[in-house]
Amino acid sequence: MYAFDLVKPGTVAEAASALAGGEAQALGGGQTLIPTLKQRLADPGTLVSLSHIDEMKYVRESGGTVEIGGGTTHAMVAKAVADIYPGLADLAGRIGDPSVRNRGTIGGSLANNDPSACYPAGALGSGATIITDKREIAADDYFQGMFTTALDEGEIVTGVRFPIPEKAHYSKMPQPASRFPLVAVYVAKFADGVRVAVTGASEDGVFRWTEAEEALGANFSTDALGGLSASEDGMIADIHGTAAYRAHLIGVMTKRAVAEMS
Amino acid sequence: MTKVSMTVNGKAVSGEAEGRTLLVEFLREGQGLTGTHVGCDTSQCGACTVHVNGEAVKSCTMFAADAEGAEVTTIEGMANADGSLGTIQQAFQDYHGLQCGFCTPGMVMIAADLLKNNPNPTEHEIRDYLEGNICRCTGYHNIVKAIQAAAGQSVPAVAAE
Ligand SMILES: Cc1cc2nc3c(=O)[nH]c(=O)nc-3n(C[C@H](O)[C@H](O)[C@H](O)COP(=O)(O)OP(=O)(O)OC[C@H]3O[C@@H](n4cnc5c(N)ncnc54)[C@H](O)[C@@H]3O)c2cc1C
Ligand code: FES
Ligand code: FES
Repeated sequence: MYAFDLVKPGTVAEAASALAGGEAQALGGGQTLIPTLKQRLADPGTLVSLSHIDEMKYVRESGGTVEIGGGTTHAMVAKAVADIYPGLADLAGRIGDPSVRNRGTIGGSLANNDPSACYPAGALGSGATIITDKREIAADDYFQGMFTTALDEGEIVTGVRFPIPEKAHYSKMPQPASRFPLVAVYVAKFADGVRVAVTGASEDGVFRWTEAEEALGANFSTDALGGLSASEDGMIADIHGTAAYRAHLIGVMTKRAVAEMS
Repeated sequence: MTKVSMTVNGKAVSGEAEGRTLLVEFLREGQGLTGTHVGCDTSQCGACTVHVNGEAVKSCTMFAADAEGAEVTTIEGMANADGSLGTIQQAFQDYHGLQCGFCTPGMVMIAADLLKNNPNPTEHEIRDYLEGNICRCTGYHNIVKAIQAAAGQSVPAVAAE
């Protein structure tokens, strides 16, 4: 690692001013950033640790939504929303391994927007709203391609608000070495429609499979998916799987999610 | 360099750390607690697992400065007060839960974390919890048996004696 200063603000306002200095970068749970720093793929002059900001660690339910603080760990989410929003709790409880879940945060995962990460699928599939220190951004506008989001330099994800669907399920085909999804699909059924978000598959990162959403909106059953197949155009191809294999998995994982929910 | 203080195995300690000093470096090099191992240094293997404020973390993937003021427990803190092996450690010995022993400190720490959250886990739950802890020797069977035994479950004795 290159050398850097580590600062530990206690409030969002202090963190925002520490990050305003250009060379500074936010540190969430460090479960992605620390390995990146070790490979010298990042060289921030200052790291602004968000772990000591209590106002970013919370879970609040109100009027059909649940809002989760950006500094809330995966383990905390898995526990705290188990009764309120079980589909999301299950997603959080299957990220990586227990030690990763004790440090990694929802804000860090969404800011990073790894094309194979779990939370982007949960947020886009739920139609969540990303809350920052400056504004609120709809998930549909937030995810802008692999490792790319609507966040400005130094902007902090302070929370995420999820509308709670009637039911939801996350189907994950883990890549056994990394434990990230090879392909995973989040299906959420609301009174007014169905959302289907796919991660791990596309070179553009998480995306909505709108054909499946329409088919499931008309008839919520695995039969409705029978004739559909996702296109392999723009799918990731690497040593773990070809583009055609990933496209095939999208259909399989969507069916599995719907079967779990039926 | 700044001064970092924390409680390690019940004892107040402090030492100098840079921003980039990892918790595992602080423990091993600063405090001489070399029981915590570095297997991969890439957050994969879990040999470096310790408890921070009662939760298992990979100490190669946390900065020492972020553990300022924390209660840290390492493998050295798992023995009984008289120096004899703690329950989980003894079960690893009794059930041959180790061969080379490199992964063992992390295995014991993750097992302790599991049994705190789930005192009577099923075999499936144990295997699931070991997701982030890699062993190159045992094939895991005897590690799982040791954890079942430490949980007080009746486990068939191992063949080799
Ligand atoms: C072994 C292993 C297995 C894993 N498996 C999975 C998996 O199955 N699924 C999965 O989704 N992820 C997985 N992860 C990644 C893990 O979920 C990370 O915790 C997560 O991607 C990043 O969150 P973090 O809090 O650790 O962020 P960090 O690593 O601290 O930061 C990541 C990036 O986000 C920025 N950042 C952090 N917090 C904020 C914030 N609040 N606001 C703005 N920017 C911020 C940082 O500057 C950095 O660029 C795995 C990681 C490991 C080590
Ligand atoms: S040394 Fe920390 S996970 Fe391998
Ligand atoms: S006993 Fe050798 S790595 Fe586990």
